[in-house]
Amino acid sequence: MALNPEYAGRTFEPSAPYEVSRVKIAEFATAIGEQSPLCFDSEAARKAGYPDVIAPPTFAIVISSSGASKVIFDPALGLNYARVVHGEQRFEHARPLHAGDVVITRTTIEVIKPIGKHTSVTTRTEVETTAGELVCTARNTLVERGE
Amino acid sequence: MLTPGTELEPKTYHATRLDLIKYAGASGDFNVIHWNERVATSVGLPNVIAHGMYTMAQAGRYVTELAGGDPGNVLEFGVRFSAMVVVPDDDKGATIEVSGTVAEQLDENRVAIDVVARQDGTKVLSRARAVIRVQ
Repeated sequence: MALNPEYAGRTFEPSAPYEVSRVKIAEFATAIGEQSPLCFDSEAARKAGYPDVIAPPTFAIVISSSGASKVIFDPALGLNYARVVHGEQRFEHARPLHAGDVVITRTTIEVIKPIGKHTSVTTRTEVETTAGELVCTARNTLVERGE
Repeated sequence: MLTPGTELEPKTYHATRLDLIKYAGASGDFNVIHWNERVATSVGLPNVIAHGMYTMAQAGRYVTELAGGDPGNVLEFGVRFSAMVVVPDDDKGATIEVSGTVAEQLDENRVAIDVVARQDGTKVLSRARAVIRVQ
């Protein structure tokens, strides 16, 4: 099924607030094998100048993709998820996410374009605190493989 | 120490089926192609494949170590997923080799690192670059 090109340029409603927790940071760090004490030990993180444990650099995907999933799973976009592979991913961090951050995401579909028999969808997701501080900008390109 | 042109020591990382299941749970990405061989092969994949983000996270560990072991010193990180990491159903799983080159000194305390990840010699992350803070 072809993707709906009318979705390019569309910006979606901000997500519900997401609270970054010590437990989730530790779970994510454990799953990827990251062993930095700054991800597990609040005291070590404070000594390093952070308010609490901080997230590994790719943790923002947990937040940005839950924001983007509303877009991805929108039946009107027409994406077949089992045929989707990740094309590119990029993060720009204004600062690391830390436990206690409460953030929302704003997702915009930047580009939908055919690549041979495949189609790529690039979204930009801004992760910001509920106080309006930009923490991270994530750019994600998904590729739906053609039949 | 991180002088432009310096080739950095490669490191190896692993992806087993259990790693992918843990990553699915931790990240919330339950796409069936990362855990179900029947569905993966039915959509034309050779086998279960790793989450691209799992592979990127391993490269993230590599650059975090270069950044003094402080994940907060990784300021920017971008990759292209150039091939899939196929994860066989055995105890060894896939081996991912990550290497890097110091690309550029951006200013007094920021350095750009070009990163490559390979599985069995095939590039699985290409055009990967991290900007790290150095003290």
